[in-house]
Amino acid sequence: MDEVLRVENLHKRFGLLHVLRGIDLSVHKGETIVILGASGSGKSTLLRCLNFLEMPSEGRITIEGRLVGRETGTPGVMSYGTRELNALRARVGMVFQQFNLFPHMTVEGNVMIGPMKLRGMTEETARTLAHDNLRRVGILEKAREYPARLSGGQQQRVAIARALAMEPTMMLFDEATSALDPELVGEVLLSMRRLSEEGMTMLVVTHELGFAYNVADRVIFLEGGMVHEEGTPQEVLQNPKQERTREFLRSHTLFRLPDPAPEAAGHS
Amino acid sequence: MEYQWDFAAVFRHGDLLIEGAKGTFALAGMAILIAFPIGLLVALMRLSRLPVIAWFAVIYTDLFRASPTIVLIYWFYFAFPLLVGVDFNTFTAVSLTLGLQTGAYMAEVFRGGIQGVKAGQWQAAKALGMGLGRTLRYIILPQAVRRMVPIFFTRLTELFKTTSLAAAISYTEIVQMAQRTASDTFRPIETFTVVALFFFTVIFTASQFVRFAERRFAVPE
Ligand SMILES: Nc1ncnc2c1ncn2[C@@H]1O[C@H](COP(=O)(O)OP(=O)(O)OP(=O)(O)O)[C@@H](O)[C@H]1O
Ligand SMILES: [Mg+2]
Repeated sequence: MDEVLRVENLHKRFGLLHVLRGIDLSVHKGETIVILGASGSGKSTLLRCLNFLEMPSEGRITIEGRLVGRETGTPGVMSYGTRELNALRARVGMVFQQFNLFPHMTVEGNVMIGPMKLRGMTEETARTLAHDNLRRVGILEKAREYPARLSGGQQQRVAIARALAMEPTMMLFDEATSALDPELVGEVLLSMRRLSEEGMTMLVVTHELGFAYNVADRVIFLEGGMVHEEGTPQEVLQNPKQERTREFLRSHTLFRLPDPAPEAAGHS
Repeated sequence: MEYQWDFAAVFRHGDLLIEGAKGTFALAGMAILIAFPIGLLVALMRLSRLPVIAWFAVIYTDLFRASPTIVLIYWFYFAFPLLVGVDFNTFTAVSLTLGLQTGAYMAEVFRGGIQGVKAGQWQAAKALGMGLGRTLRYIILPQAVRRMVPIFFTRLTELFKTTSLAAAISYTEIVQMAQRTASDTFRPIETFTVVALFFFTVIFTASQFVRFAERRFAVPE
């Protein structure tokens, strides 16, 4: 009933390279799912298929009960309309490793552009919405600044606010903290944790095992384009059943817990 | 014997030069109006994923860049009307020529500008739910154009000066009128001094304006 996302037998090929080999996934409202996996295991590709930045080669994706695309003659292969995908991407928020803020707009401009140009909001309504979301990630005081004047951590929090302002049904994070200096990682993880606690549905690709342990409802370990192991953080991180998972965890012994001090993220 | 400067004779015939200046502005204005949309269109075609479309754009740019402007002017005035069966007046022929040729140069400038915008910007716009049109209008072009302003301006300066070639088919622009003024007044030196000052003043004023606009719309990088 409150299933936000259902993925059935998802495949993605780049030419001969078979990257996703049949992923099944069901995500419920308010769940936070952390996706782990070695480099090249297909984590980014999976997220990018979920908002159709990459087109799935095969498989069905259902978002809020609505199947995306239409069946073609070939079983499992779907065709998608441009309008349908644009509308869908507006409802699925995505945060990138490289922030990708729009440098020619102020911070609030970055957050307002989507609501104004895609949801038909007036400038005033969009500004209110933008400020609400900038406050949510603790960066309202930078509303009038340009992105170039912000630290990486601040930029990433603006990127989160930009996605939130579209009032998405779920949020995708692709290594949102990997491009940050170590001392800036905490503030972004803290914002993400708050979001999770507010009940946002989130799929998070990260190497921060501390975040996975403390925040995730479920952890998924991807290997060779398939879900290799899945379970609660305790199950997957502390008692992994699969040898590959254990191997992966051995190379990620660093448990960096998100800093619980609220000041760290500049919240007032 | 020392040359006796006499600008008074030129100014007595000033109405000719003013008429010519109007002609020059009209020509440059129309050519710019043609050049910008053509340039953007050809640039987008050039960046298209469909090889046929990209190929058309390459042909267009190379054709117009390879031909001397004066040849194109003659061609659009004399040959093109024969092909399509409509006569062009001199204004139409020259503004079309200059517009289309400048458009070909603009296309390269636009293309460079658009390609200079990071791939992540397209991704972010797409992820928000923007289609191609909105992405170009709100995200890509504002960044591309800012960077292209100096090259655009150089091109427009060239265009403005090239309008003088319209004299070749007797269009009423300032150089054509200067030639008449010079022969009416027997004062070619003064006449062309005035014309040179005219070009300098217009371009200098425009360059100051562009500099102001660049500062006004600058964004911290
Ligand atoms: N656009 C593409 N074209 C061709 N191959 C691609 C493309 N995108 C990804 N791949 C390949 O697909 C595989 C999975 O890539 P993906 O980026 O999903 O891995 P990942 O798990 O996110 O890795 P990392 O931890 O390094 O980010 C890799 O072998 C990659 O080279
Ligand atoms: Mg990745």
